[in-house]
Formats: sequence, structure tokens, C-alpha cells
Amino acid sequence: MTSPDGNLFQQQEANRRRTTWLVIGFVLFFAWLGFGGDYVWSLQSHHPFPWVGIVLTTVAIITAWHTYKTGPEKVLWASAAQELITPQTDPERQVANVVDEMAIAAGIPRPRIWIIPDDDPNAFATGHGPRDSHIAVTRGLLKICNRDELQAVIAHELGHVKNLDVRLMTTLAALVGAVLLVREGMGRMMRGGGIPIRGGRKGGKNAGPLLAILLALWVISWIIAPLVTQLLALAVSRRREYLADAMSAQFTRNPLALASALEKIEGAAAPTTSIKSGAAHLCICDPLGRRLTNSEGWLADRFATHPPMSMRISRLKGMGYAQLKKEGGSSAISTPA
Amino acid sequence: MWVLLILVVIAGLWVVSAYNGLISLKNQTVNAFKQIDVQLKRRHDLIPNLVNAVKGAMDFERSTLEAVIQARNQAVKVNASGPEAVKQISQAENALSGALSRLLVTVERYPELKATGNISQLQEELSSTENRIAFARQLYNDTATQYNTKQQQFPTTLVAGLAHAERTDLWEIEDQAERAVPQVDLSRR
Repeated sequence: MTSPDGNLFQQQEANRRRTTWLVIGFVLFFAWLGFGGDYVWSLQSHHPFPWVGIVLTTVAIITAWHTYKTGPEKVLWASAAQELITPQTDPERQVANVVDEMAIAAGIPRPRIWIIPDDDPNAFATGHGPRDSHIAVTRGLLKICNRDELQAVIAHELGHVKNLDVRLMTTLAALVGAVLLVREGMGRMMRGGGIPIRGGRKGGKNAGPLLAILLALWVISWIIAPLVTQLLALAVSRRREYLADAMSAQFTRNPLALASALEKIEGAAAPTTSIKSGAAHLCICDPLGRRLTNSEGWLADRFATHPPMSMRISRLKGMGYAQLKKEGGSSAISTPA
Repeated sequence: MWVLLILVVIAGLWVVSAYNGLISLKNQTVNAFKQIDVQLKRRHDLIPNLVNAVKGAMDFERSTLEAVIQARNQAVKVNASGPEAVKQISQAENALSGALSRLLVTVERYPELKATGNISQLQEELSSTENRIAFARQLYNDTATQYNTKQQQFPTTLVAGLAHAERTDLWEIEDQAERAVPQVDLSRR
């Protein structure tokens, strides 16, 4: 069994680093916006104190901190997930058991389970790491997967939890959300007639063109910001799907189950409407059902959040057959039924 | 002179990191073993429920039931510690696994028993428990193998004595009969 353990620590480290840089980048972006505005302002009139920059940077720091803390809740809230606390029906009992089992296999504390009332099969994980993690599955997934396949999907998600992908991905999703939210708020304020900032009135007669420049700068930045964050999400998410698939195989010792689960999910590939595009990169398969995901090549490499399903399935099948061949004689490590 | 000092410092740092790595693996192994224990306890608690649920309907399968109860009591009694613990516990538990899977095969033969919700719930619980034990065992074996490999590999082996690292036994399936037990598929599709 090839163990991705060597990769694990590198991956964890890389994810920690990238999350930090993401947050720093977010704050720097707002600082640039603010202090840039101050600079433009000071060119035109007497404006000694860069309060726009200070205010914006402070807001950005608070937002980033708040977003990092509440990211998982927000992602779950956005997908209308309901927490499964006391399982009532048979499928609910089964998924609760399966999550318990896989948490044992992965050697991490049991994550909280959430159910998304959506008939399309999909699943995602969120949280800050093994100590604080959440797994969300759609009703559709519970319906079409048998026990082994469900186990494989959950193991894949726990792979994301264990190597701290969730931390980076959730922070990214929440920051994208925060940017969109602030942009929407700004748009509303502008439509409501002027930005309610104190300095706007104090600026005097020259404020007109100044504000125009500032606004242009802002508008352009607001347009660019979500694009940049989206590109960031794309740049990092393809390789980690393969890695999480490998970890699923390590936990379940049954790569073929994940292959067949992916085939089923692929077969039912209608868009998962409950999961918004901001959280697309968290899911086991692209919830938007984008055509691009199924092609290899330069364009897809850069603009699709997930690797092609056929590639993932064939890699898993490769693992499965290699395992069958190897286990021909010995059964030193038992495979759970 | 300086070169020598730097070399000594580097060697010292390496010893510290190798030592800490071994200790961390050692504790992980111990923890993984405790996890098996937790799951075994869960199984022991679940068995009386299962037996009670099927007792009425399976009067004529007394021997199968009694085998399970006996194996369970045997497994509960084992209270070993020390280097032989793994072997003793795993022997008793493997016997219980065998008895349980025979019982489950028997239960499968009684459709009217399966039809009641109680049994199907219990079966889900039991197959989950068996999975938990298997996965806990898998984690233990993986961690212990990592620990064993690390302490034997050069150059970590030089620090192994310092960290009191000793080879740990893997949780093996002992007797041939248990290996040959047919797979019971209780997963509900």
C-alpha cells in the first residue's frame, strides 16, 4: 500500500502557510485600496491623515479574523445544511456510523455531520482542522450509495480534513463571500445616494472629481477581487482531489468503492443547486456540473476546480487492481467487510 | 574548530528531532491501541442486546447463541498487560469475531427475524461495530508498523535505545479458521 503519509506533513504545512498568506493578502488588498485612496486624495487637497486606509485596514483585519473563525458556519449555512444530532431513520443511522468508522480509520476526532436537503449526490468537508471539522452530505448521496461507497466518500472528505485542505478552502470560500457581501453593500449605498463617509462632505468643492477617481478605483477593485479569489481557489484545488482520493483508499483499503461511488455521482451529474459556486471547490465533485471539469489541458488545468472524473476513476481502479494483485497470497492487513 | 562545533550542534539537533519523532510515534501507537480497546468494549456491550433480540426466535439454534455468549465472556475476562497483551486480547477477540459471524450467518437464514425493525437496526450497529474494530486495528497496525520501521532504520536506530523504543506486536489474525470465515455482507443497499 503506498502511503501518502510522506505527503501528509508537507501538505499540512503548505495548507497552513497558504491560509496565512491568503489572510495576509486579503488585508494587504484592502490596505492598498484604503491608502491608495488616501494618496489620490492628498494629491488634490490638504489631506494629512490617511484615515481611509486605517479604517479600511482595520475593517479588513476584523473581517478576516471573523471570517476565519466563522467560515465553516457560513459555508454550512449557505448550503442550507442541517446538523444530524440524533439519527432517526436508517440512512441517517448508517451515515452517522460510517462517519464514526472513518474517523477511527483516519485517527482523528469525530467530525460533526450535516445533511443537505438536495437530491443531487454530493458531499463536502469544512472546518479548521481535525479538532473542529464538519462533513456535509446531500440526501441524494445517501440515497444512491451503498455502505462501502458512502464509506469511501466520507473517507475522501476526511482526507481533506486530515491534511488541512479544509482550513484553506473554507477560509477562501468565506473570504470570497465576504468580498461579495461588502461589494453588494457598497452597491446598495451608492444607489442610495453617495457614500456615507464623513470626509466626503468635509472635502469641500474639489471632492467631485476626486470621489469619481476613488469610486472608479473601488469599482475596478471590487470587480477584480472575486475573480482573483476564484483563480486562487482553482490554482490549488485540482491536485488535492487526487491526494484526497489516495487518502480515502488508504483509510478504507478499498479504492474500487470510491471509484464506483464517483461513477454513480458522475452518472447523476445534475447541478447541486443547494451548494453555491463560492463553495464549489470544497465538494467531492463539481456541484455546478461544468463541462470544463471533464477535459484535460491548459485551459481546464487553470479554470476547473476539479480534475476530470474519468482520470480520478481510472487512477482509483489502478490502485484497486494493484492491491488485488498484491493481496493474492497474504492478508496481513485485514480489509473490513 | 568552528566546523567541528557546527557539526556537533547539527548532530545534537538531529538526535533531538529523531528522539522526539520516536516518542511521538510511540505515543501514537499506544493511543491507537487504546482506540481498539474502546471499540472492543462497545462490542461487548452490544452483544447481550443482540442475543436478547434473537433469543426468542432462535430457540433451536441454542448452540450458536451460547458460543457467542461464551466467547464474549471470555473476551471480557482477558485483562492482560505488558508485551503479551496484544497477543492475548487479539486471540480472545478473534474467537468472538468467529462466533459472531456464525451467528449473523444464522440470522440471515430467518427472514421473519430480519423483517422486524429491531433486528435490522441491531445488524447495522453490529456491522458498524465490526467495522470500527477493523479500522481501529488497521490504524493500530499502520502506526505500529511505522514505529517499528522507524526504530529499526538507520540512523534512527542509534537513538532507539535512548527513547526506550521496543518492537510492538501487530494485531494479527491468528488461526486459520478465522481467516477462512466467509464474508458476511450485512450492508444494506
